[in-house]
Amino acid sequence: MDVIRAIAEFLVKDVLSQPYYLVGLMTAVGLIALRKRTGEVIGGALKATLGFLILVAGANVVVAALEPLGKLILGATGAQGVVPTNEAIVALAQSQYGATVAWTMIAGFLVSLFIARVTPLRYVFLTGHHIFFMATMISVILLTVGYSTLVAVLGGAVLLGTIMVVMPALTHPWMKKVTGGERVAMGHFGSLGYILGGISGQAVGKGSRSTEEMKFPQGLRFLREPMVATAVSMVVIYIIFALIFAARQGLGPVVEQLGLDPATNWGSFVMFNVLQALNFGVGVALILFGVRTILGEIVPAFAGIAERVVPGALPALDCPVAFPYAPNAVIIGFLASVVGGLISLALISSWLGAALGLALILPGMVPHFFTGGTAGVFGNATGGRRGAMVGGFVNGVLITFLPAFLLFVLGDLGFANTTFGDADFGWYGIVVGQGAQVSDVGGVVVLGVIVAALLTLAIWFQRRVVEAGWVPGGAVTVPEAEAKTRAKTTA
Amino acid sequence: MVERVKILAVCGMGLGSGLLLRMQAEKALKQLGVEADLEVADIGSARAQAQTADIVLTSAELAQQLGDVMAQIITITNFVDLDEMVQKLGSALGREA
Repeated sequence: MDVIRAIAEFLVKDVLSQPYYLVGLMTAVGLIALRKRTGEVIGGALKATLGFLILVAGANVVVAALEPLGKLILGATGAQGVVPTNEAIVALAQSQYGATVAWTMIAGFLVSLFIARVTPLRYVFLTGHHIFFMATMISVILLTVGYSTLVAVLGGAVLLGTIMVVMPALTHPWMKKVTGGERVAMGHFGSLGYILGGISGQAVGKGSRSTEEMKFPQGLRFLREPMVATAVSMVVIYIIFALIFAARQGLGPVVEQLGLDPATNWGSFVMFNVLQALNFGVGVALILFGVRTILGEIVPAFAGIAERVVPGALPALDCPVAFPYAPNAVIIGFLASVVGGLISLALISSWLGAALGLALILPGMVPHFFTGGTAGVFGNATGGRRGAMVGGFVNGVLITFLPAFLLFVLGDLGFANTTFGDADFGWYGIVVGQGAQVSDVGGVVVLGVIVAALLTLAIWFQRRVVEAGWVPGGAVTVPEAEAKTRAKTTA
Repeated sequence: MVERVKILAVCGMGLGSGLLLRMQAEKALKQLGVEADLEVADIGSARAQAQTADIVLTSAELAQQLGDVMAQIITITNFVDLDEMVQKLGSALGREA
């Protein structure tokens, strides 16, 4: 008996509770379900496990780089500073919450397929990294409130599966306007920003011409590389706060507080901070490499299973699928989003922050680029250039205020100097977090009500709005047939 | 028998749409009856990885940013249109479905 118990304990403690092995095993199951060859199953599972370990290694680099930034911002402003970067916060959470996250992700995917199968919400959310990020956020919130792992996984799976079909449905009329009616939905958790971008674009954009009729300076193209944009902006952020801190308290005390060599002079102090900023970029790049390695195995398995369970469902895809429809609007939306973020930051630091106890949310370039760019495309579709600008701006305001409030429900992880960036993480996290805080059984009931309300709203919206063919601003600009010929001629 | 073709799918972060391109390319290659190795890359590391690839799949904007590489670049406008993928990959590989 002892042997059996020892084996069981080994399996639970040393294999199934270790997220890296768990992810590998789940990948293996997915690949076996797709009847892949033995070699591919082993190789794929091993790659997923290695990818997870790469991600954890990247998290360590990010932590090392973020620690001095926290001190710099606190010393310079007296407030907590946060740079929202999904990749960083998700990687940080894995060592503590990884196993729960992995179970929630798989179970949540199955719940989403079930909902897609039995309701009119026939969307399959295939943006693997956002499923992973959302699974992480929900797990952290539920475990922080004190639910057991089992409740967190089951409840988390329902919450995750629900949002995975609800958001593509609610975004779909605007997505149709953008794509000219292609068979593709938006599967990205920045969707609230896109819907509001589309609505506000329409409100201001009467008579404004499309962004795609203008010539755009080629010099800004380098901003399209998110890693470069992140590194550049982080260098600026580190240097600004380092100089303010040192100017206020003098170089000597600052060097001491950061634990640097007492012989540090101004030149080496600045270069120390430049190196930390670049290391932050390195950490994010490592994490991305890890996530890419994991998803490269898991997402095709998800897609294969989805095709069998819900044939003919609309694929809900990552936001850059909207980029080719209006590439200039992406840049305009990105820049407008950063402006919106900076103005909101000024509001928080000068006035609202102290009143509401909010942290300073600094512009994280990755969320601003992808969600600001997409909000710009949506704004352009409904309101031309003015629409793209206002759409991006609204998104920027949203992804600065929402993360500030989200920090309150993230527990220890709320003090990590980085957090979730995109809009849906913000609003959904706040709603779920508030609901879960009601206490034990009450919290589960409240979360159930939230899920039921969201599904009811989305099903009503799908029937009455999406299936009724409503598209913002009337007819779609580019009919489907025309879009197809255009696609084929521009090789 | 030709040697296996190496195809690199490139997007901004190498997470979402690049993976989608890879999955679409896998379907298209099945139709074309071609065996290939497929990888996904982000735009930052794509130039280096393109050195060892035969074909790069990406959007028109990112193709411009990628500049000149040894591999043949195929730009995909509609990421969900399998016909486009089959047609463009087919003509690059000299095959028809």
